[in-house]
Amino acid sequence: MKRLALLTFISTVAFAADAPVLIQNATILTITNGTVKGSILLQDGKIAAIGDKVMAPAGAVVIDGAGKYVMPGIIDCHSHIMAEAINEGSVSVSSMVGIPDVLNPEDIAIYRALAGGVTSANILHGSANSIGGKTIVMKMRWGKDAEEMKFEGAMPGIKFALGENPKRAGQAAGRGGGGGAAPGTGGRYPATRMGVEDVIREAFNDAVAYKANWDLYNAKAAKGDVAIPPARDLKLEPLVEVLEGKRLVHAHCYRQDEILMLLHVADDYHFKIRTLQHVLEGYKVAKEIQERGTGASTFSDWWAYKIEANDAIPYNAAILVRKGVLTSLNSDDAELMRHLDKEAAKTVKYGGLTETEALSLITINPAKQLMIDKKVGSLEVGKDADVLLYDGHPLSNFSKVTKVWIDGHEYFDLDKDVEGRPAKESEKKALITKAAAEQRANGGGRGGMNNATGLATTPQGVPQQ
Amino acid sequence: MKSLFLFLMPAALIAQATGAAGARDDSFVLKGATVHTMAGAEIQNGTVIVRAGKIIGVGKNLAVPKDLKVIDGKGLQVYPGMIDAGTEVGLIEINAVRESEDVTEIGKFNPQLVALTAVNPSSEHIPVTRFNGITTVATMPEGTVIGGQVSLIHMDGWTTDEMGVKPRAGLQLRFPSIALPGGRGGGGGNPDADPTSPLAAARSFTNLKQAYDKEISELNAFFEDAHRYKLAKDAKAVGFKPDLKLDAMIPVIEGKEPILVTARREREIRDAIAWSDKQKVKIILIDAAEAYKVTKEIKDHNIPVILGPSLALPLGEDSDYDQAYKTPAALQKAGIQFSFATLTGGANLASRNLPYQVGQAVAFGLSHDDAIKAVTKNAADIWGVGDQIGTVEEGKWADLLVVDGDPLEAQSSIKMLFIKGKPVDLDNKQKDLYEKYLNRP
Repeated sequence: MKRLALLTFISTVAFAADAPVLIQNATILTITNGTVKGSILLQDGKIAAIGDKVMAPAGAVVIDGAGKYVMPGIIDCHSHIMAEAINEGSVSVSSMVGIPDVLNPEDIAIYRALAGGVTSANILHGSANSIGGKTIVMKMRWGKDAEEMKFEGAMPGIKFALGENPKRAGQAAGRGGGGGAAPGTGGRYPATRMGVEDVIREAFNDAVAYKANWDLYNAKAAKGDVAIPPARDLKLEPLVEVLEGKRLVHAHCYRQDEILMLLHVADDYHFKIRTLQHVLEGYKVAKEIQERGTGASTFSDWWAYKIEANDAIPYNAAILVRKGVLTSLNSDDAELMRHLDKEAAKTVKYGGLTETEALSLITINPAKQLMIDKKVGSLEVGKDADVLLYDGHPLSNFSKVTKVWIDGHEYFDLDKDVEGRPAKESEKKALITKAAAEQRANGGGRGGMNNATGLATTPQGVPQQ
Repeated sequence: MKSLFLFLMPAALIAQATGAAGARDDSFVLKGATVHTMAGAEIQNGTVIVRAGKIIGVGKNLAVPKDLKVIDGKGLQVYPGMIDAGTEVGLIEINAVRESEDVTEIGKFNPQLVALTAVNPSSEHIPVTRFNGITTVATMPEGTVIGGQVSLIHMDGWTTDEMGVKPRAGLQLRFPSIALPGGRGGGGGNPDADPTSPLAAARSFTNLKQAYDKEISELNAFFEDAHRYKLAKDAKAVGFKPDLKLDAMIPVIEGKEPILVTARREREIRDAIAWSDKQKVKIILIDAAEAYKVTKEIKDHNIPVILGPSLALPLGEDSDYDQAYKTPAALQKAGIQFSFATLTGGANLASRNLPYQVGQAVAFGLSHDDAIKAVTKNAADIWGVGDQIGTVEEGKWADLLVVDGDPLEAQSSIKMLFIKGKPVDLDNKQKDLYEKYLNRP
């Protein structure tokens, strides 16, 4: 089915330079410069003009935005879509692996996220490890290959994880024995929050020593002295990048004690935690987070799905904002990812954020957290034309995204999606008819289809080929 | 928090809550609000008169009984309390903690189990759920086949007795299905798995079909047992021995109690309908994601449908991205009686998000009025309590939500909530933590 879905949208893959797009008479929510009633021009992949009146350049597509709203593309600071695998669970420090190596550009979740207004997402490793794998920021350029979807110039990152998830792999050795350990992990260390801290400290001890070896070598080499380079360590290299400020740390966490622990570890090793992810008890230590300039990326209202989420409150984002923490809302989920706008609306009720503050949680704030705010996150002249058109206010539950542009190219259009459905349906029918005919020709009867692979099978379910 | 609650309550309500004026705390007049009765046109500047928990008058310019306290509803909107037509609120506190879960019992056939028995009136989920205007939920046990009896419960009460609206509202049945492992997005199963592996063989259509046939015949045998049992009981047969399981089946086979059938895909829905015809039982479909493919049969059989969350991924990788958003409008168009369930049990125990799930359906074509009806009147009617709750009408319990805007919008706030006429505490653990930590030095 994957290929079928792709075929439908293949027309978006190859395109020449996009015609300029001028949206007129719209309510334009710039996020950073108030609301403008007027026009916005997308040209050469950038936002070229915003104002009461903007002249349409030659060949421009003009859209009447009367009654409609324009806002910047949504940025999800925590997602796992496109990732073919997310947890290298066999070790508790897996910094040698990375999500950039397992990206699937045909994941239908990309298109669905687009339809919900997401234009960029931080794709993370899972949370089974105290120090997990490398992360990457992607643009939802549906139809392109994985390489072309990478957000140009975005800082690379790395996932850390605290609390229950990294502990779980150690549960076989802990009280209650078994149940949680991933296959092949054999109850590996750590099994407690104390152990998680130790694992991270040990890793940075190693990284500091490794960096010192390289610094020594580089200094000698620079002077022209004879020097032998140290052996490369693929596990420690990303941690050295963290120490040098070249790789952002995104740390999965829940409880206030573990949050404070990680902040102390980072203090001691002189690096920064860029974002605390989930950070459901962040509101309890907002002061400590704010003092370090660390960001927080949380859920709107998830709670009670495990013990460490028991004190989660939907007011978390609002408290963090009020205490001066750079805060975003994320999805961590292919479904939630499709309505981050509706999640943002909840912060108006829970904690009284203004509409702009609420929308900032899914636009400019995550852009700043990912250090891509020079290019995206608000509607400003010169920024990438990652733009959404809504049929009503984005914070209303009765509104929906009708068009999405990335780099000025249209990647989603609700009307075109709907118009394309009959063709998709008949294409599907044709494919099924063809497959059934082939199967009959191969002697496979009714019920003889091995569902997982499509291979013809005998009635006993044994493949024939 | 009781003291804080009182502190935050309007003065008129305090008098009610404390009984300072000597009046009952479930008797009052609400004046000046716009009343959306869901049983007729909205009433501007309306009056709702409540005595002993029941609505005794709704209208415009009604004479106000002198002995009743008057609550000013000016500028506010009054709706019937919302009903989550399928959830696990009260039966589960924390998903990952087995000890806090009383949803799933061991065994395939457990019609004798009643959800209300295991509802924890002190669950933190109850005040959190009602905070957004949900006054009643259908809380469901869940099993591999028959999980037990669904209970309609109020989101207020000192005890389970006080919470119960209808303890045996329906029999939960997960209809046997041939759950083929789909591809990515299709759920369950890795398309790249080795087709020769024992797992793949076990999941072959042939094997799954055998398991399905076996489960169907067990289900039918169980119903046959119930019929024989009823005959023996009615005949007062010699040596008749009461059986709790089969006894619980009698109202079901008599067609007095509906079966809540979980059937997601088209094939399961069609199977369930055909099966209910054969068994001559009354069914309600729940979580019927593909009901939109079977509208004619559902309508012809007059079967009510309880939809799962609208904010849900499509079932198939090639399904329309907005399928779950637009299914409610499709059912409405087909004239099917339907309501909504949050089903919770998932990651975020989100019964409180019921109004926003419904709002998404409005964005994709369901009329606002039909959306509200779905979570009030329809839900009450489907669950057989339409004579007690679901509309603002004389003779019904005064389950009222008083809101400063549209109850389906996340930005609106519930200002007052009444369950059986009693003002309900809108405080909860989360709000307490908010106030505590917002003020941390």
